[in-house]
Amino acid sequence: MKILTGNDLKSGAVIWWDGENWSLHVDDATDVGTHGEEIMAREEALRQVNVPYMIDAERTDDGVRPSHIKDRVRALGPTVRPDLTLKPQDPQALDWVI
Amino acid sequence: MVDKPTFDSEAGSLGASPDEVQFRFREDEPVDHGTVTVDACCDQTNATAVRIEPGDDTRQLLPFLDRLALIEVNFPTFADGRGYSAARILREAGYIGELRAVGDVLVDQLSHMRRCGFDAFAPDRPLDEEAAQRAFATWDNVYQNAADARRTIPELRHE
Amino acid sequence: MYAYDKYDQAMVDARVEEFRDQARRRLEGTLSEEQFKPLRLMNGLYLQLHAYMLRVAIPYGTLNSRQMIALADIADKYDRGYGHFTTRQNIQYNWIKLEDAADILADLSRVEMHAIQTSGNCIRNISSDHFAGAAHDELVDPRPYAELLRQWSSFHPEFTYLPRKFKICVIASEKDRAAMRLHDIGIQIVRNDNGEIGARFYVGGGMGRTPMIAPMIRSFVALDQLVTYAEACLRVYNRYGRRDNKYKARIKILVHELGAEEYTRQVEEEFAHLLDVGVEPPRAELERIKEFFADPAFEDGPKTLDRSDPDFALWVDRNTHRHKHDSYVSAVISLKPVGGIPGDASGDQMRVMAQLAEQYSFDEMRITHTQNVVLPHVRIADLHALWTALDQAGLGAPNLDTIEDMIACPGLDYCSLANARSIPLAQRISERFGASGKTAKLGELKLKISGCINACGHHHAGHIGILGVDRKGVENYQLSLGGSEAEDVSLAKITGPGFTENGVIEAVETVTDVYLQRREGEERFLDTYRRIGMEPFKEALYD
Ligand code: SF4
Repeated sequence: MKILTGNDLKSGAVIWWDGENWSLHVDDATDVGTHGEEIMAREEALRQVNVPYMIDAERTDDGVRPSHIKDRVRALGPTVRPDLTLKPQDPQALDWVI
Repeated sequence: MVDKPTFDSEAGSLGASPDEVQFRFREDEPVDHGTVTVDACCDQTNATAVRIEPGDDTRQLLPFLDRLALIEVNFPTFADGRGYSAARILREAGYIGELRAVGDVLVDQLSHMRRCGFDAFAPDRPLDEEAAQRAFATWDNVYQNAADARRTIPELRHE
Repeated sequence: MYAYDKYDQAMVDARVEEFRDQARRRLEGTLSEEQFKPLRLMNGLYLQLHAYMLRVAIPYGTLNSRQMIALADIADKYDRGYGHFTTRQNIQYNWIKLEDAADILADLSRVEMHAIQTSGNCIRNISSDHFAGAAHDELVDPRPYAELLRQWSSFHPEFTYLPRKFKICVIASEKDRAAMRLHDIGIQIVRNDNGEIGARFYVGGGMGRTPMIAPMIRSFVALDQLVTYAEACLRVYNRYGRRDNKYKARIKILVHELGAEEYTRQVEEEFAHLLDVGVEPPRAELERIKEFFADPAFEDGPKTLDRSDPDFALWVDRNTHRHKHDSYVSAVISLKPVGGIPGDASGDQMRVMAQLAEQYSFDEMRITHTQNVVLPHVRIADLHALWTALDQAGLGAPNLDTIEDMIACPGLDYCSLANARSIPLAQRISERFGASGKTAKLGELKLKISGCINACGHHHAGHIGILGVDRKGVENYQLSLGGSEAEDVSLAKITGPGFTENGVIEAVETVTDVYLQRREGEERFLDTYRRIGMEPFKEALYD
């Protein structure tokens, strides 16, 4: 699947396109099919997102998994500071990144 | 100490970029015929207006400065800073004619351009007047010697 | 140290307001990201993996307690309670909001700090010897020259849109503790045969994709022509540096392609011209700046120590450096606890360091390019008390210049350019070598890790260097050996095919074993490598 990500203009937070809005959680990301460019242009013009880009991902039993490790690090947070990630209590989160 | 620019809103022919001189810090009449390339200027003995592209060697023009009334320096993209050196080199060589920044000239580069000796600005896209005025007045004082005659901070400290 | 006058303060304040306006225009949408990006970068604001990142300049690595406390407060108020000291002697914060950025700059300006030109294609923060003003072997304190250049390079109207970033370093001793020749311009303050002090210029060094050691282009520039000479070097670069390819845009490529001789010829020509024009600040300015760097009031005191506590003795042996006054030493606080994140410090740790600097080091600190913090002037009589306090705060790691004292860039945990993570490697290696006791056996060993070819982790200059690469979406690591950024500067060579994360840790183990087997006398890892060459290491790694 193709999903959209970028950073929130004001806070810089990593965000994912959930079909209607931007979410902090990669698992909310939806397949944008062939509409990626269009959505990105619109959302960027509305300043809802900064520097958006489209990536490959797959939907697994555990949720949405970006294909590239860089986007998995973005989705979770720094692997060396589990306390600052989105899943501080989940010891398995790190394995998901790698 | 920044002098106030005069706004040239008159439609007229000013060489390669007629209407677009948005800010001009000169009293004299603008040159109203087209610019030629640096190479052409060196060959043609009567050209009085020339346009420098980033890759040109500005110093080729030095023998002809007396007859030039307008030198345009093109910034195809604001990120290409060669034009700043071109401007200073011309002023250091004593050029007193109009030195016009053209192309991708944005508000946030104006104060530096002014310091490098530009006294006319013809941005591709017109700039917000108020923002530009603020930009021209950004620095009360400056650290370095450049093409403007401002006293630098080190000089002020040791007056 | 240097203190702002009304002019310096006004410059920084004006910049804060200018940036506030720019950030507002970005948030309102009058500036596109493309237009805003170079502006925010010139104020040290990046967009990184998780958020905006702000890089704050620590000019030539020197700061006082008040400034360190302000950095701690920023960490707590606007970030997540910590900051990361970098190989450029700066600090960066990883979790900054664009909305807060101007307020942070305003907080910084209150303590005479800023983030100006910590990024972008301009002249960056000037780096220097972290023992400047304290080292026993320096000719003079290099920092006044660095400060002169800081002012000259701040908002330079001609050199704000260079082909690429530009880094200048100033040192004043034969020993190079600042990787001087791996800078775009490296300046060594020297004395000539007539006994005059002047500047020796090395131009065109750098790391990155194409590492190069800067050749000397002039052995002596008179001090009242220093700025003019630098201006000439920059002008030739601004006019002729390549702009067609980002990876060939650094000055090292220009110097390399023209040849050092031709580049020098052009600089000399421009220099002669600029001398006529007259761009040098008045000489009195340098003298004014120098007064700020006068020695503090050193007092004679005990010159020896009670070494009966072995832990203390070890820390003294590893983490202190000889001072020009024999009753003092410079003490280095290691930000490399075993298993820790190299260069990270919490707000609380920053406050501890600030308080100790105030108490024991004439209110001064230095950031090293190896991501540690120096208390430059500590009385030998106070060392034990200082060490005790550091140890209690978890800042007493006795591992300076050992394999545990490695440089690691933020890598893929934070950096959007990264190919692989650097920090976890650093953690695992220090844990492993710390636990096995091998650290002590290895002595001086500089391990440097970069998460991508940009080489922020200086891997080219590591006795052992590790570079993270992307191998079909999986992290992979190249090993290199034999680099040095000291006065015996050299570039490391790649051993061969890359390794997995586990593999590269084993590989470090293997090459250090080769060293231990083959070393003679007092040889460091680097010396043994230079004597026996790459082959024995290769054999052990790949056969
Ligand atoms: S070396 Fe690469 S990964 Fe590491 S901080 Fe620099 S740009 Fe980022």
